[in-house]
Amino acid sequence: MGTVEAPHRAKGDRPADAPVSAAPQSLYAARQKVYPKRVFGLVRSVKWAVLGLCLALYYVVPWLRWDRGAGMPDQAVLVDITNARLFFFWIEIWPQEIYFLTGALILGAFALFAVSSLFGRLWCGFTCPQTVWTDLFMWVERWIQGDRNARMKLDQGPKNANYWTRKGLTHAVWLLIAAATGGAWVMYFNDAPTVTMEILTGAATLNIYFFFALFAGFTYLLAGWAREQVCTYMCPWPRFQAAMLDENSLVVTYRDWRGEPRGKAKAENVGDCVDCYACVHVCPTGIDIRDGQQLECIGCGLCIDACDSVMGKLGRPKGLIAFETLKNLAASEAAVASMAPGAERQACGMKARHMPRFVRPRTVMYAAALVVVSLAMLLAFLLRSTLDVTVLRDRAPLFVRLSDGGIRNGYTVKIVNKRREDAPLVLSLQAPEGFRLSVQDADHDAQGRPLLSRRADGISQYRVLITVPPGARLAESTSVTFRLLEPDGRVAASQSSTFVGPRP
Amino acid sequence: MPTKIEKDTLSGQDTTGHEWDGLKELNTPLPKWWLWTFYATIVWGLVFVIIYPSVPGWRGTSGWIAREAIVEEVRAAQERNAPMMARLREATPAQILENDEMRAFALAGGRVAFANNCAACHGAGGQGATGGYPSLADDDWIWGGSLEEIQHTIRHGIRANESDDQRQSQMPRFGADNLLTAAQINDVAEHVLSLTNRATDQAAAGRGAALYAEQCASCHGERGEGNREFGAPRLNDQIWLYGASKPEVVAMIRNPRAGVMPSWQGRLDAATINMLTVYVQSLGRTN
Repeated sequence: MGTVEAPHRAKGDRPADAPVSAAPQSLYAARQKVYPKRVFGLVRSVKWAVLGLCLALYYVVPWLRWDRGAGMPDQAVLVDITNARLFFFWIEIWPQEIYFLTGALILGAFALFAVSSLFGRLWCGFTCPQTVWTDLFMWVERWIQGDRNARMKLDQGPKNANYWTRKGLTHAVWLLIAAATGGAWVMYFNDAPTVTMEILTGAATLNIYFFFALFAGFTYLLAGWAREQVCTYMCPWPRFQAAMLDENSLVVTYRDWRGEPRGKAKAENVGDCVDCYACVHVCPTGIDIRDGQQLECIGCGLCIDACDSVMGKLGRPKGLIAFETLKNLAASEAAVASMAPGAERQACGMKARHMPRFVRPRTVMYAAALVVVSLAMLLAFLLRSTLDVTVLRDRAPLFVRLSDGGIRNGYTVKIVNKRREDAPLVLSLQAPEGFRLSVQDADHDAQGRPLLSRRADGISQYRVLITVPPGARLAESTSVTFRLLEPDGRVAASQSSTFVGPRP
Repeated sequence: MPTKIEKDTLSGQDTTGHEWDGLKELNTPLPKWWLWTFYATIVWGLVFVIIYPSVPGWRGTSGWIAREAIVEEVRAAQERNAPMMARLREATPAQILENDEMRAFALAGGRVAFANNCAACHGAGGQGATGGYPSLADDDWIWGGSLEEIQHTIRHGIRANESDDQRQSQMPRFGADNLLTAAQINDVAEHVLSLTNRATDQAAAGRGAALYAEQCASCHGERGEGNREFGAPRLNDQIWLYGASKPEVVAMIRNPRAGVMPSWQGRLDAATINMLTVYVQSLGRTN
């Protein structure tokens, strides 16, 4: 591990006018395996806590129960593909209301933008599944194979029984975790206890085994093998984070004004950085934070913990690497421009800093977008109808002439009932005088009005005919409104349509 | 045409030899993984050609044929529906209407069977067409609109000579066979129009009344109320199978036309005929 620079950066170093070697230059750089070292500190503790919380959420949520009455799934969070329903605790979403999911995704996107512009890549460093599972896999790796040096020695050493035992055990545990991950994914789409038993007893459908294997396989591949390459090469987020971050965002930064020039701890006239490489050794993406902002940095802040512990041992102030804004960095740099290294430079640089500006046009706009989308979703949810009626007018024939010269139109009335209430509804017609309503296969109430049954949590359908007797003045097209009345007379839903007659 | 392959001084790579107005192209090889994936797809393609019926005449080693797969899917669907079809076969149309489950199935299945077998003449929504294709969505039934009558008509057909129980009747060719003179036909036509208050010549209509009573009333009724037993249409309503204008009425008296409908018994199974019966009645049922 003589060089720790990311491979791709080594490429661009050749000056433009340097002589070209005759051998064709490969554009491919092989991956240099990263061996992150164990680290202790505040950031690491927070990261463990977030990891535990995220994993607990993911694995526990499908097991939460929620009583919805007989005949309904009792799983709190369930995507029921077969019956086309999405259950989320007390909320039940029908396919035509999938925009709530869209809204949630839009909220997520804006929240991501807002957090990034304020605090940098918190999502990437702490909560992204790729980070969480990679961290978990690294913990397993360290537990079985030892810390950084031991792992490097193991990889470079002989391929003996010890090597294969430790490697085999690591991959076995990884595969177990991956299987649990794929299993938990399937549980979000099936009843968790049932599907668990089915998977274990081999009774599950091929479909379930496919998705189980798909997610288990990719968890193993992405968290065990691909790791930081997912973030660097596959994920689009690092590529446009430059547009999300600005000089006021808190990002993981090396205070070069304080650290440079690097030198031994006891050397004279050097900065605070002792060039110990602790920050590089703990980095899960294998970069050197002292090179400045770079797209590989996921902002996990483990280098802060590493550096702080070294500074602590040397009796120097912590925070050589810290969550810092680029604006403060520039301010400190300007303040200490002509100063010699030492405690005075350190104090002067820190004094030049200001409280980060959290309220900026972009953060205000993100906040506004979050509020607007949240309110829109809340409003849409509160105004969400639980009973809809749709009326489809017959296209062929447009109208029917009856033997007495009357005109008749046919309609299909569908009642979409999202609740489990199933009392029949009265269908009433708002139309000019003389329009007669008749509903096929419906009961009638005491006043002779048609009673339409609604299916609990389902759709019921009726064929409805409207007849206009001969002699009535009838326009080519007349607007009519179908209203569904609750037993207490309240209008539950209404839908307008037209009645078509011959050209007068 | 490649002219001169040379080594590019900057990158050290060969050029392709192509040159366009001084612009040369580096011969950059494809990434290995890409190339091997490409070769693998070719091999995979050859495997496909062997396994599946890929060229005319070759049936493939797997024996899988798209058409047979469809046949199999249809068979599976029929198997799924078999219990319900058995119930529909045994039940009368009236019993089907009484049962929510059977009714829903029959209305959906009847719609499809109607589109496949009946819509060509009767129209997609049963609206019929002037010229002998009766509307099934109105309240006028030439041979009767009860469930039993509709079922009988579908089963045995009309004037198609395919069933002994078919609907059968024939109107005399009053003009073509010289049963009435042209003037008499004109008078009868005026009388027929007068039944719906549309006579253009009251005197002729009056003269036609006696002729109508003598020649037509036995089937069409004294006041033109029709007779479903003979399939004699009503003449006193607003529905005219062959047109309502006087020339059209005259033409029908002189040389009448009569619709023909095949017998569907034997062509469709009893369950489908029951579904059609229920569906056809639902087009205009108001109870």
